[in-house]
Amino acid sequence: MKPSVSTMLHQARERRRLFSPAAWVGVLAIAALLACLPWLNLAFPSGHPLHVSSYAVALLGKFMCYALAALALDLVWGYAGILSLGHGLFFALGGYAHGMYLMRAASVGASGQARLPEFMVFLDWKAYPWYWAFTEHFWYAMLLVALVPGVLAFCFGYFAFRSRIKGVYLSIITQALTYAAMLLFFRNETGFGGNNGFTGFRTLLGFDITAPGTRAGLYWATLAALLGALVLARAVTQSKLGRVLAGVRDAENRLRFLGYEPLGFKLFVWTLSALMCGVAGALYVPQVGIINPGEMSPENSIEMVVWVATGGRGTLVGPIIGAGAVNGLKTWFTSVFPEFWLYVLGLIFILTTLFLPQGIVGLLRRLAGRLSWRKA
Amino acid sequence: MRIAATYLAACRYCLMALVALAAALPAAPARAAGIAPGLLDPLAGDDTQAKLQVISQLGRTAGDPMALSVLEALGRGELYHVAAQRFLLKDKDGALRDAADGAAAELPAQAEPIMLNNRLRRAIQGALAGSRLFSDDVDVRLQAAVRMQQSTGDAAAGLVRKALAGEKSAQVRHALEIALASAELQSPDPAVRRRAAQALGEAKSAAFRPRLAALLAQDASGAYAEPDAGVREAAAAAVRKIDRHLSIIEWAGNLFYGLSLGSVLLLAALGLAITFGLMGVINMAHGELLMIGAYVAYVAQWLFRQYAPAWADWYVVAALPMAFVVTAAVGMVLERSVIRWLYGRPLETLLATWGVSLMLMQAVRSVFGAQNVEVGNPSWMSGGVTVLGGLVLTYNRLAIIVFSIAVVGFVWLLLNHTRLGLFVRAITQNRSMADCVGVPTGRVDMLAFGLGSGIAGLAGVALSQLGNVGPDLGRAYLVDSFMVVVMGGVGQLAGTVIAALGLGGINKVLEPFSGAVLAKITILVLVVLFVQKRPQGLFAPRGRSAE
Repeated sequence: MKPSVSTMLHQARERRRLFSPAAWVGVLAIAALLACLPWLNLAFPSGHPLHVSSYAVALLGKFMCYALAALALDLVWGYAGILSLGHGLFFALGGYAHGMYLMRAASVGASGQARLPEFMVFLDWKAYPWYWAFTEHFWYAMLLVALVPGVLAFCFGYFAFRSRIKGVYLSIITQALTYAAMLLFFRNETGFGGNNGFTGFRTLLGFDITAPGTRAGLYWATLAALLGALVLARAVTQSKLGRVLAGVRDAENRLRFLGYEPLGFKLFVWTLSALMCGVAGALYVPQVGIINPGEMSPENSIEMVVWVATGGRGTLVGPIIGAGAVNGLKTWFTSVFPEFWLYVLGLIFILTTLFLPQGIVGLLRRLAGRLSWRKA
Repeated sequence: MRIAATYLAACRYCLMALVALAAALPAAPARAAGIAPGLLDPLAGDDTQAKLQVISQLGRTAGDPMALSVLEALGRGELYHVAAQRFLLKDKDGALRDAADGAAAELPAQAEPIMLNNRLRRAIQGALAGSRLFSDDVDVRLQAAVRMQQSTGDAAAGLVRKALAGEKSAQVRHALEIALASAELQSPDPAVRRRAAQALGEAKSAAFRPRLAALLAQDASGAYAEPDAGVREAAAAAVRKIDRHLSIIEWAGNLFYGLSLGSVLLLAALGLAITFGLMGVINMAHGELLMIGAYVAYVAQWLFRQYAPAWADWYVVAALPMAFVVTAAVGMVLERSVIRWLYGRPLETLLATWGVSLMLMQAVRSVFGAQNVEVGNPSWMSGGVTVLGGLVLTYNRLAIIVFSIAVVGFVWLLLNHTRLGLFVRAITQNRSMADCVGVPTGRVDMLAFGLGSGIAGLAGVALSQLGNVGPDLGRAYLVDSFMVVVMGGVGQLAGTVIAALGLGGINKVLEPFSGAVLAKITILVLVVLFVQKRPQGLFAPRGRSAE
């Protein structure tokens, strides 16, 4: 059934709005609920029925970082049709940028004087290399978190989109990019700790990184970032720019014939997405306490894609749900049936692509549609 | 000198006679009284100098088999002192004999093995090489001559000269001449030294470079190690010659390894190129098909060892068709069950096949374990041939180069001279048009996918001969084979071949300068840059089929 012109116009006007009032309420309610968890963890002693274990809080914090990355990926894949198999790179770069600050904060001798991290001592280096300059300042590190993935994505995207690389070609090239970066970071001489990466963090802005209070703070920061990113992404996709992006996704050549140059649109959303991913990585590292080149492996990046696909691409909320669902399953399976997890993950890949092209959100929408049809 | 020759002839005659008689004595010595009584006595004493003398004397009784076996036994620590003038030795077969006449003997309780120190051991090695120069076996002589190339001094020179006079084999003569030059480098006569340096330069072996370079060294006061300017000049020329030869070897080696890596990449990417060209879909499970092929080789090896040990060397040959059939079947099932439903949605296919690859990997882990399995080279594939005096071309790499040529030929024939190939090309060019004129696209898709997967299986068998076989095998080649396909472009066999060989070659040329990792990164960056220029690969389709 084709929608009539009036409903289309109505929908178009509808799309201008950031969220419908009901959606606002839902999003904020869930955010508030999530925000309560660390407070419950801190306020109630363990054993109390309202107590939430530190493990659960840490796990949720981690999942929200994943969700932020998945959201970023959905922005490019779901709205601009660019399937990146290399978003793990931006995630890891953000993590490394923050890790540099954390490493310097942790590399303090017994009497408080700064010294080199151990991996540099092993390499017999006498001073920090130039690209470590100023990383002892938190705000500069935060600038790097945004800048490094952003600039890399901008340069890569500029060249890739300018020569109209798209589809599987682009996917393969992004995969090669993250693979190359992984090899680079595995080298000890690159100056990022090689195989082991960064670990053994102690303080963040002077707070003990393992203290429950710090952890709660990180959790809230992640939640805020996720919420902010969701609103920002929604704003982008609801704007005119968002509709041009959908045009890029659905018929790039036609858009070109209509007089649009897709390069700028693609580049903007691509860079924005990489930036978000970098922020996700930066929030992830202090919460898990380690970052190593394994994060850049092509496998990780593809796993991010499956979060988006499972949740529903092009829905923004879907990837958040998908990241939570897939990682929840993963946590459960790897502790109960570790040998079956890869079967399950493989099945998720196959079944979502075959039977759930719109993911969980699409499924829910379909169910809701059927219900309302019955009612009618 | 003639004496030595006649003497050798005599030995040979004796041996022949012995064989003819089928003597009950196992490998009895050719001549009985080879060692003067009392000669060995100092070995039982404490005087190292005297011991060294005995050893060099034994070495100089060139060609006496008894002296040889005494030296060998001494080197192994199996020469026993029983009483004055009476030594026993354990020969290679473990039988005890009298060191003087070779008669079988019993080991008395008070016998003690002669102890050695490192200095003595070195002397024994030298002496052994000396006496082996006169062995009957050409190979033993050659080995000994090569060994003598490292020894210096007059004694060695004399020995080598003696051997050179009686030597007939050209190969051994050549080695001996080098040995002579090496020994003569210490000669007091500058003319001899110069000649020696020139000869070593002709030998072009890296082993002599340090010694020649040492001649050119200056000490603190500016005096050269070698006083004679003519000799220095000759040595410098020789060093230059050796260096040039070494760089030739290095480049030839790079070329060979590049070619070998290129053919591995080609094998890994060929099947991918077919499926990609046909369906525009990158099959992420391709690496796992390679891995399955390698595991089929493992199973074939096991079957052969179990049921036909006599033929175990030929398991590779049997593994090829087995791997082709197994992986082609897996590929066809994959196409019918998953990929068929996703035509026109290449990105989704990419994800679904990734899921398949995860499951295949885990399945192999469950069946064969997560550890690498051992797949051995058959004996005819181990070892290698030495060319240019220093570059070893291993047989397994040679075999893979030949094999990849054969596979490319097979695919070319199939694509260009069969009906299936015609259909495949038609679909690659224009799927809907091919469908309209009656090409059974569904069946061709399945068969072509089977073909691509089968080739992956063949490649897997080849890979099993090069490196470790484990569940992660495919992952290592995944990104590389994508690079080949992306560079080579769609629908042209030539593109894939050139891209594979090019990437392999560039990789190996870069490696010596930048190390393996940076070489790989450089390659990836180069490919990314290349795709900027030619987004559709080396041989882009033109005209309407271009998107």
